[in-house]
Parts: sequence; C-alpha cells; structure tokens
Amino acid sequence: MAETTFKVPTMAEMAAAGETPEVLFWVGCAGSFDDRYKKVTVAFVKILNKVGIKFAVLGTEEGCTGDPARRAGNEFLFQMQAMANIQVLDMYQVKKIVTACPHCFNTLKHEYPELGGTYEVLHHSTYLQQLINEGRVGIKGGGTFKGRRITFHDSCYLGRANNIYEAPREVLEALDAELVEMKRSRVKGLCCGAGGAQMFKEPEPGKKDVNIERIEEALGTGADTIAVACPFCMVMMTDGVKNKEKEDSVKVLDLAELIAQAEGL
Amino acid sequence: MEVIQQILFIVALGLTAWIIARRVQVIKRTIQLGRPDDRTDRPAERLGMMLRVAFGQKKMFERPLIGIMHFMLYAGFLLINIEILEIILDGALGQHRLFAPALGGFYSFLIGFFEFLAVGVLVVCVVFLLRRNGTRVERFQPPRHREMHGWPFLDGNLILIFEIVLMVAILTMNAADSALQDMGSAHYRRTGDFAFSQFLKPLFAGWNESTLIVYERVAWWIHILGIFAFGVYVTYSKHLHIALGFPNTYFARLIPRGKIHNMPEITKEVKIMLGVEQPAADAPPAEIGRFGAKDVMDLSWKNLMDAYSCTECGRCTAACPANITGKKLSPRKIMMDTRDRLEEAGRNMQANGGTFVDDGKSLLGDYILEEEILACTTCNACVQECPVLINPLDIILQLRRYQVMDEAKAPAAWNAMFSNLETSQAPWKFSPGDRFNWANGLK
Repeated sequence: MAETTFKVPTMAEMAAAGETPEVLFWVGCAGSFDDRYKKVTVAFVKILNKVGIKFAVLGTEEGCTGDPARRAGNEFLFQMQAMANIQVLDMYQVKKIVTACPHCFNTLKHEYPELGGTYEVLHHSTYLQQLINEGRVGIKGGGTFKGRRITFHDSCYLGRANNIYEAPREVLEALDAELVEMKRSRVKGLCCGAGGAQMFKEPEPGKKDVNIERIEEALGTGADTIAVACPFCMVMMTDGVKNKEKEDSVKVLDLAELIAQAEGL
Repeated sequence: MEVIQQILFIVALGLTAWIIARRVQVIKRTIQLGRPDDRTDRPAERLGMMLRVAFGQKKMFERPLIGIMHFMLYAGFLLINIEILEIILDGALGQHRLFAPALGGFYSFLIGFFEFLAVGVLVVCVVFLLRRNGTRVERFQPPRHREMHGWPFLDGNLILIFEIVLMVAILTMNAADSALQDMGSAHYRRTGDFAFSQFLKPLFAGWNESTLIVYERVAWWIHILGIFAFGVYVTYSKHLHIALGFPNTYFARLIPRGKIHNMPEITKEVKIMLGVEQPAADAPPAEIGRFGAKDVMDLSWKNLMDAYSCTECGRCTAACPANITGKKLSPRKIMMDTRDRLEEAGRNMQANGGTFVDDGKSLLGDYILEEEILACTTCNACVQECPVLINPLDIILQLRRYQVMDEAKAPAAWNAMFSNLETSQAPWKFSPGDRFNWANGLK
C-alpha cells in the first residue's frame, strides 16, 4: 500500500492544463502547518484519490480565511484576508469547496458572500457522508473499528453554528462501531475551549481549562476513540488526553482518519 | 361609602396606568438609543418563531417538568387577566360580579377554572421559591454567581411572593364571598360554591356577616391593588420578559448562528487599501464613527431589547464553557449589565429633558470588564439556551471589536497572531512558501 502514489493537483496546475476540478479542497492553516492535523489532510486526500474525485488544492496560494481575526475583533484584518482569498478563488472560478475545518467552512460559507465571494461550501463530514451514501466509500465489515466504543465531540462551528449534527455521526456509523454519546452532545455539546480565537492565547484566569472539563466527560463514556471533526478540537482533546495520561489507551482521531484507517489507506 | 370606594378605585387605576405609560416611554426611548438594525424581513417566519417560542414556550419544554410548571404560571397569568376585566369594571361601576347574571351557570365554571389556575400558580410559586432558595439549582446561587448578589436575588423572590399573596387573596376572597352568599347577604349574588375555594370555607365558620364583608373587601382590594402594583413593579423588574418575550422572539435573528455581521464601513476602506476601488475624488473624508461598541448606544436596538427581555434565569451562564470552568464571563451578567447601563441612561435622559448627556461612563469598563469578553469562545451555547432568543454573543463580539480596533488593546498573543496573519497569511509563524509542504510525502 505504501507504494501507492497519491495525486495532489493544485488549481494552478489544473488551470494550466485547461482542466476544472469538481471540487476545491480548502486545506486551511492547521491542515497545512499543524503536524497533527497535516495527517488529517493527508488522510482526506487519500480518500479523495481512492474514490477518484477530481479535486485540487490552492497550495501556496491559500491564506487564512480570517476567522480568528474576525472573532478576536479585528475586522480590518479579517476583511483583508477574505478579499485576498476571494480574489484567488474567483480567479480560478471556484464553484464548490470542501474543507476539513469547521471554522474555515463557516467563514467561507456565511461570511464571504457579503464580501463578494459566493461558493457552495461543504464540511468534510457532510462530504464523506455523501460519498458513503452514494456507495463510493464503503467499509467492508466495518474494518478495524468494528465494535469499538467511539464518542463524537461536536465542534461548535459545525453544530450550533451550522446545525450539522447527523453527518459526522452517520460517517461513524459506517465504521460499524459502537457510538456512545457524551451527556452534553449535539445542541448541548460543550466547546473544546479553542473557538473565538482562544486557540491563539492563554485562557483567562479560572479554576479549570475547558478542554479538561470536556475530556473528563469524553473519558467518562468509556470510549477508546474520541472522534473529532475540527483542527482546534483535535488539539484541545489531544492535550486533554495527555493531561489525563491516557494517550496509550485513548486515541483522538478525525473522521477522515477513521475512514482512511478503516479502508486501509 | 360605595362612592368613595369607586373614586379610590378609579384614582388607583388612573395612577397605575400613568406610571406604567411613563415607564414604557422610558424603556422605549432607551431602546431607541441603539443603532438601527432592520429586522422586518421574512415576516411569516418571524411570526412562526414568535408563536412557537413565546406563545408556545417551545424552549421551556426542553426540560419538561420545569416547562409544565412555567406554563402553569404563564397560562395563569394570561387567563386570570380575563377576570381582571370584571374586577376593574366592578371596581369602577361599584358592582359586584358584574358578569354573573349574564353568564349564568357558565360563570361558576369560569371562576372554577380561574381557581384551578390560581391553585396551580400558587403551588408552582411555592416550588419555585424552594428551588430558588435551595442549593440544587446552581445557576440561582448568589455565592456562585456574583451578578445575582442583592437586588436580582431579591427580585426573583419578591415576584414569587407577590404572586402567592395575590393567589391567596383571590381564593380566600371567593371563599368569603361564598360564605356570605350562604348567609344571604344583600350584595352577594348567588353563584353557588366555587370549585376550589369551597374547601376554604371552613376557615370562615363562625364569622359574622360584617367581619366577613370586611375580609372579602380587604382581599378584593389587596388582589386588585396587588395587580396594579405588580404591573408597575414588572417594568422595573427582570419580569419584563412577560411582555417583551413576544417582540423579542419575533425580531430574533434568523441567519445562521455562526455568521458574524459584516462591517460595510470597513469593506470600503479595505477595498481602497487593496486597490480594488478608488476613493471618490470629490468625496469628503469618510467620517468613520466608533468601531464596535463601547457603550449601549453603539449596540443595535435589538441588543438593547434583548437586555430588557432577560429574566435572569441563567441557563446561558450554566451552559457557558468559560463560566463552567470558573472564568469571570457570564452571559447573563452581560445582559444584566447592558440593562443596568440602559436604565442609567434612561434616568440620565429623564434628568436632561429627554436627551442623553455624557456622564463619562460606559458599558465596557464600568460594567463589563475586558477579562469577561476575552474569555468567550463564541461557542453559541448561551444563544442556544435562551428561552426568549436573546443573543449575548452578539454584544460580546461588538465589545471586542471596540477593544481591539478602537482602543488597539488586544492580548499580546492575539497581536502576535494578527501580525502572523499579515506577514504569513496564517495565525502561526510559518513561511507562506511552506504551506504546501504537507503534500511532500504523498507525491
């Protein structure tokens, strides 16, 4: 398997060849630079390759959507980022975008249209669910996760912000695993603590860190896998598992990694 | 004697109406201090939202038992008010149970139904008083939530005690009335026993007619004056939600929760900076006001109506990840502070002939602290929880905009993130040229 090569075409290459991809994979800053989330990017690209989706990435032409700047209150910087990205996206006449980051997803989908950038934007949980429903991704016999206890941590920017609760769960069901819910899930899901640009600063003084509160709840389910669908949740939950010294028995994995692993990719 | 009672009643009614009208004016004017924000689109959807969430109390039923109890208070309040119509007419016209002859047997049924509601309200108020003063419901505890110290805690109890007094007055009044009917007392029309108050009649066994009349009259006056006082009190209390819950849900935001409202005044600047647009040659230099919100007048009128609609239940705060983990942020306090500052602005306007005169104070700084708004993860849990669709997050984000853009005061780590964005188009310090390196092992 390791010898299999995967293609990661860029928009520039596609345009030069006079081709148009079916979908643009928006990798995001975490997916590009964060060592942990780069694995998610790779897993998703492997799935896209296996299914035979004609996709492309922006490569070095991509820039932060501006989400953390806007949420931190820096509207100037947000709009600078957004306009620059819209110029690039429009130059390539992008119509459809998929991303593994709920923050990028929310910003591209809801906040770019007012600045002139209107695209069909999907989060990779919805995209994977569609591929499963269409039979293009099928895990034979549930794969390596069959019967394992998995709990799903809702990302605020997927859930409450965008009402996406079922897609990630349907993806997990395809693994034939035992999905166990935390008490605070779906609309009541507890934040990992990183949203609203908290990822980029120390928390305010308090008695506990939010990710510790959340990881205690996740570990309380007895799950050996904590599924996430957001790069920030990934960092916070992984840190939480380390804090509780459970990294040997509990894994934090993204939906794309779970599917890729189950498919043996 | 009758005439004096009538005059007193009409004076009390008029005075109440005058005070309430004045308060409504103040509240209206302070809400109008806010920025314009068009919330008149999609009227059918808005009406549906109001019917489901305010009229049908949809969100209260997420906790079914509490939902049913709250519905009892709500239905009791709405329906018992129908009886107030008779009481007001009786009081003004010097009549007693004016509607009884016309409605015949249905009258007793109606009063019986009102008594059922009264008993229900009484029981629920007692339960709620116990809940509020016990230790089981964390969000009501002043030692745990500093915004509940003093008046808000008292307010929550007073309103329940108020209702208990009113319900006791109406039930014992009906019982004394029945006892007087049994005696054949002149002014007390025969209506037959009432469904619930008949069981209170033994309390009055052995009372003579004149004592009973005095009790019945005193209870009648306590009941109606209590209602008048309640009406005035509500306008000063967290209980304003009984009225504002309706418009507040009607005008609630309908766009996806994740979207933060755009600042078009900045878009223009950014376009000029990027060279996408040229500044009009003859245009006067753009008059840019304050960025974001420092005080209540920088917020939208809907943010301000939200503040008056808050009944301080604290569901938002109980769901807030920052508050749960001991940070200073409490979405309920954000709303209470906004209202307190608005009330202060209202007094300021009253003292200055209807216009607000700068008092050197502001919402951010004098009420809400930087530490509070910095703790928000924008997770929308508070917005999700609110039974009357208040949005504390919208206020927090506007305060952040002021803090960061107008005051240029951001935590050092955020400033570093901003400069990384400017230089590397990523929040971390990486070379933009390395952005595609993740694919190196794949190709």
